[in-house]
Amino acid sequence: MSTAARHPLPGDAARASSDVRLSVEQVSYAYAPNPSQAPLFTLEALSFQARPGELVAILGPNASGKSTLLKLISGSLEPLSGRIFLNGFATHSLPVKTRAQRIALVQQESRLLFPARAWEFVMQGRHPYGGGLRFESDQDIAIVNNALAQVGASQLVDRWMDKISGGEKQRIILARALAQQPLLLLLDEPTLHLDIGAQVDLLESLRRLAMQNRYTVVVVTHELNLAGEYADQVVLLQRGKCLRVGPPATVLQREILEQVFQAPLTVEMTASGRPRVTLFSNK
Amino acid sequence: MRPLTLARLFLRCGVLAAILFVVVVIALKLGAVQVSLYGLGKDLINVLLHRANSLSTDYGMIVLDIRLPRILLGIVVGASLSVAGASFQALLRNPLADPYVLGVSSGAALGAIVALIVESHLNLTPDVAGLITPIGAFIGAALTIAVVYFLGLRDGEIDSTTLLLGGIITVSFLSAIIMFLMTTLSGSNLRGTAFWLMGDLSTPQPRSLLYFLCLGFIVAASAIYTTASDLNLLLAGEKEAMHLGVDVPRVRIVVYLSASVLTGLAVSVSGAIGYVGLLVPHVMRLIFGSDHRMLLPASALGGAIAIVIADTLARTVTAPTDLPVGAMTAAAGAPLFLYLLRRRIA
Repeated sequence: MSTAARHPLPGDAARASSDVRLSVEQVSYAYAPNPSQAPLFTLEALSFQARPGELVAILGPNASGKSTLLKLISGSLEPLSGRIFLNGFATHSLPVKTRAQRIALVQQESRLLFPARAWEFVMQGRHPYGGGLRFESDQDIAIVNNALAQVGASQLVDRWMDKISGGEKQRIILARALAQQPLLLLLDEPTLHLDIGAQVDLLESLRRLAMQNRYTVVVVTHELNLAGEYADQVVLLQRGKCLRVGPPATVLQREILEQVFQAPLTVEMTASGRPRVTLFSNK
Repeated sequence: MRPLTLARLFLRCGVLAAILFVVVVIALKLGAVQVSLYGLGKDLINVLLHRANSLSTDYGMIVLDIRLPRILLGIVVGASLSVAGASFQALLRNPLADPYVLGVSSGAALGAIVALIVESHLNLTPDVAGLITPIGAFIGAALTIAVVYFLGLRDGEIDSTTLLLGGIITVSFLSAIIMFLMTTLSGSNLRGTAFWLMGDLSTPQPRSLLYFLCLGFIVAASAIYTTASDLNLLLAGEKEAMHLGVDVPRVRIVVYLSASVLTGLAVSVSGAIGYVGLLVPHVMRLIFGSDHRMLLPASALGGAIAIVIADTLARTVTAPTDLPVGAMTAAAGAPLFLYLLRRRIA
């Protein structure tokens, strides 16, 4: 099976459904601990759009504003200027519960105060659909089982969250996001503590889920090659500035990557038309 | 996967309620004056049938007018403290949080003493005057938890160690003020207040206050219970809870006010009974898991059971004299608290 068959070329997903789901319009942000002081960090105005089934990767060095951009998209931060629309609604002004029904966020760490089993954790994803005291319905149980099956973690259902491996935990956290049945799936460095095999597994699952469930997926990552291989669009940030937005082949180019990451590297195209970045020592 | 169902919730609560009933019957029977189980049963049935004047034993008065009100008071106090403890543990994301450890009980005690002093300068009818103390205790509790919360903040997040240290400092500061105010009290008041500060259920309470206490418990505990599944998510952190659709500021204010009401009410009638709010939720969590829809009612019933047992021991161990119930709970609770602290660090 060729890579081309497994991963449709950039734009295929977009052509399949032409309606824009996520629209980031001239969004900027400034962070200042004290309003009278100059901001410590600014994110300059940037725009991009994404359709159902599309996977967008946000790339950039540390402190380039990747996580800030993700928080803005999730609606938990209010943009300084510009707006972010999800199906025509500004994400920041959605009520908390409605927002949780439409946007799922997978963060780097999910700490638990008291031990919980995997299914209890995934069931939390059903919270936005229930009232304060509602008991889980058969439908909720079916959705949780389905979410676990989709990430290949059905066998973990009754395991304790603090007694499974990092890769397994990451899959459970992803399953909880799926149980939210979102339109938009956001992930903040989901591959951080995973070995290379688990990283590829995760991106494969995201790619497949985006296609099957018509999610719009936005991933913040450091992994240039995973982004190059699996993303439909790449947003490249440096020190709060958006340098380029577009398909991986147009963003992941040697000159700009060398400038952003301050390291000599080469970019070659694979048979599937995907860019592959190789870093080498400058000594 | 075994999600909580309404049937399982009722079944488990039913078992706990049955245990509570047995404990209450034993507590009614035990004491300086021995009562036969047969006589006790007959008396209880007579009371239920409103035939109070046909009590069978000579000791009916002791059982029904002294022991029963004290046990009922213990039930409400124990339930209030345990529910408050379970709520504080979730709200502050700290498994060692409890009204006593955080200084909320001391704050409530100070509020109650200030209310007593203020009340003595006003000319109020006894019924109204009786309600001043719990209100003062509630205000004291609410102010203290606000102060301790801000002491525990570090970079906008609650830090467990800082929070507990803030609680300890608050307790010693409030104790100093309480000591200062107590020196202004006269002899017989002094012994009563000292006992009350240790945590004591032996002082008879006016009936109006008992009704007020029950009503306050039902309202505050119900308010907390409406946030039960939100509290489950708060355990993962406020930001994460928000992303899962929890209205964090609303939950925080509901739980904070209700838990302060529960602590204030309990302290105003029974003083600072320690460790019940800490240990009962922990034991219930070990048995039933950490789902607050189960944990909160289980803690209420478990707290009632714990206090009735502790108070019965306090009445009987050194009979015919009474120990303060707070001494019993501290003697059993402090070692268990240390065990939990060690296990958490290890």
